[in-house]
Amino acid sequence: MKLTIPAFVGRIAFSALAALLGAVFALPLLWFLFAPFNARAELGLAVPEPWTLQNFVTVFGNSYAVQALWNSFIQAIGGVILIGAAATLAAYALSRSSIPGKGAVTYILLLFSSVVSGSAAMVPIFLIISAAGLMDTHIAVILTFAGGLLPTAMFILRDFIDSIPKSYEESAMVAGASPVQAFFDVALPVIRPGIVVIVVWSFVNIWGSFLIPFILLRSDRNMPASVAIYSFYSEAGTPIVTLLAAYSLIYSLPVIALYLFVSWKFGFRFFGGIKA
Amino acid sequence: MASVEFRNVTKSFGLFTAVADVSFDIGDGEFVCLLGPSGCGKTTSLRMIAGLETPTSGEILIGGREVTHLHPKDRNIAMVFQDYALYPHMNLADNIAYPLKVRGEPVDKRHGRAKEVADVLKIGHLMDRLPSQISGGQQQRTSLARALVYPAQVYLFDEPLSNLDAKLRLEARGFLNHLQRDMGMTAVYVTHDQAEAMALATRIAVMDQGRIVQYASPIEIYRRPATTFVANFVGNPPMNLIEAEGTNRDGRLALKADGLTIADLPITDVIGKALSNSPKLTLGVRPEHLSIADTETGNRLTAPLFANENMGPESLVTVDRQGSRVTARIFTDDHLSLGETVTLGFSTEHIHLFDSMGNRIPAVGE
Ligand SMILES: Nc1ncnc2c1ncn2[C@@H]1O[C@H](COP(=O)(O)OP(=O)(O)OP(=O)(O)O)[C@@H](O)[C@H]1O
Ligand SMILES: [Mg+2]
Repeated sequence: MKLTIPAFVGRIAFSALAALLGAVFALPLLWFLFAPFNARAELGLAVPEPWTLQNFVTVFGNSYAVQALWNSFIQAIGGVILIGAAATLAAYALSRSSIPGKGAVTYILLLFSSVVSGSAAMVPIFLIISAAGLMDTHIAVILTFAGGLLPTAMFILRDFIDSIPKSYEESAMVAGASPVQAFFDVALPVIRPGIVVIVVWSFVNIWGSFLIPFILLRSDRNMPASVAIYSFYSEAGTPIVTLLAAYSLIYSLPVIALYLFVSWKFGFRFFGGIKA
Repeated sequence: MASVEFRNVTKSFGLFTAVADVSFDIGDGEFVCLLGPSGCGKTTSLRMIAGLETPTSGEILIGGREVTHLHPKDRNIAMVFQDYALYPHMNLADNIAYPLKVRGEPVDKRHGRAKEVADVLKIGHLMDRLPSQISGGQQQRTSLARALVYPAQVYLFDEPLSNLDAKLRLEARGFLNHLQRDMGMTAVYVTHDQAEAMALATRIAVMDQGRIVQYASPIEIYRRPATTFVANFVGNPPMNLIEAEGTNRDGRLALKADGLTIADLPITDVIGKALSNSPKLTLGVRPEHLSIADTETGNRLTAPLFANENMGPESLVTVDRQGSRVTARIFTDDHLSLGETVTLGFSTEHIHLFDSMGNRIPAVGE
């Protein structure tokens, strides 16, 4: 097929526009990759001259910043375990049992969950946590996230489990397995891709959150990295760009690593067309 | 091995009744086939024996013990599911050996036993594959192997051979037949293939819309179908049913229908009663009992030829009686041409009579 001149011009214009848009999105990413290795980094984009690890040395010398990364891990992993386990059991029960009105339960929970993790509920959450004597603890953050994320996790997982034939567990039970055995031997391995989705999703959510830990935690030794980034501001409130850049890069590595690990190990299989 | 008994079992899903007040018993060591059209409640009946479905009312007994509400795992039953239900994350060896794993058998012992069964079913060379890596027929045999790998009280088969080619199907059928005779397995077997039902069953239950229409030995069902439904369902091709009008002619039954000539029959009490209800009777003749009549004498049916299907040694000759077809199974005859008028003959001993409700009228001496 031969292109007419207007069509040709149209294509060039489209490509140019696409390239421009791409560049707009690529520039911050490039800054994000260059700045940590630049001892004189500023907000403008510049190729490091020379490349150096000096910024990282300074960051790792800051015990508060290192402790904060560790805190992020504790809170994210604690939350993920709680959400993963509870959502799996709850979604399985909701999918397989014949309780009347089980659909309504999930929808109502889902509705309220957007309130729980939203800022509207901050005051009540603050009051509840402080009444429970959990102020300034990791548990407070973990529980709050579990409350906020569980309904959505349950909803996604229940959908996933609904699409898996009941006859897997049924045939296990006819063969002599108890319901618990059938769940662990047959159902759980088949549900695993769905659980992985939940785990990644809640990890990313907790890892990146700012408001909840900022409100529920007091002392420096409990703050997660998302809050600790604020320590790289000078007294006057201007950012110390070099340290900020290095810390941001470290901060984003676990999430990237998690994605890579999961897609290597399980492959991302989302809902719809699940055919084991 | 154990017997199974249904006592007035009903199963409803909401307003829909899938199994309606069914009572029957399966003796210890019996092989019962459930035969019936799609949706008549065969799978539902099996699932109630397995404990996967609880009857809405009625009782189920296994080995004389009431098990209506017993959990499936406590019934010691083996079942082949209609959709196979193979565990997608386990290879064939683990799939087949799973019931033995649950029973606490050590790994090498259970894999050895699984291999034995798999070899008989010709899937022994696939033991390392996942279910998604084998063909439909192989999946079905895996599911069959998983059910046969352990000794159960009752074996439930939901169309276990439906997906196999003709040769494998015959082999698997022979294997099941052997097992049944060898170990006297009690089995309930759902199939759409009557040849399978005839070959395997000690008794056949013909189901229609959640009820058992007839429960008898294969020969009995073939020779004396209880209703026009059974007559029309069993046999390959099924029995020809010809609607006829019966009248009492000088104390004997005269049957009248287009193209039909038939000697008058003696009127028994049952025929008399049927006639007093309605003169509409149904005459049944099996295709294998019809032949091409060359003389214009005896019982016969005359109609134009509709189709002549050559099946090797035999042909299916179908004639058209204004919409209702009659088929004869005869030795191959190539000389028939379409539209030609054909006369099919049959003898009185081979006819079946049904009243206007479709119920069998017993023949003289039955
Ligand atoms: N869980 C259920 N909820 C509602 N209706 C059901 C359910 N299970 C079965 N049915 C209905 O009960 C009837 C009998 O179903 P069943 O599966 O026993 O049929 P079947 O005889 O095994 O048919 P097929 O030969 O097609 O497998 C069907 O009409 C079906 O739609
Ligand atoms: Mg069925």
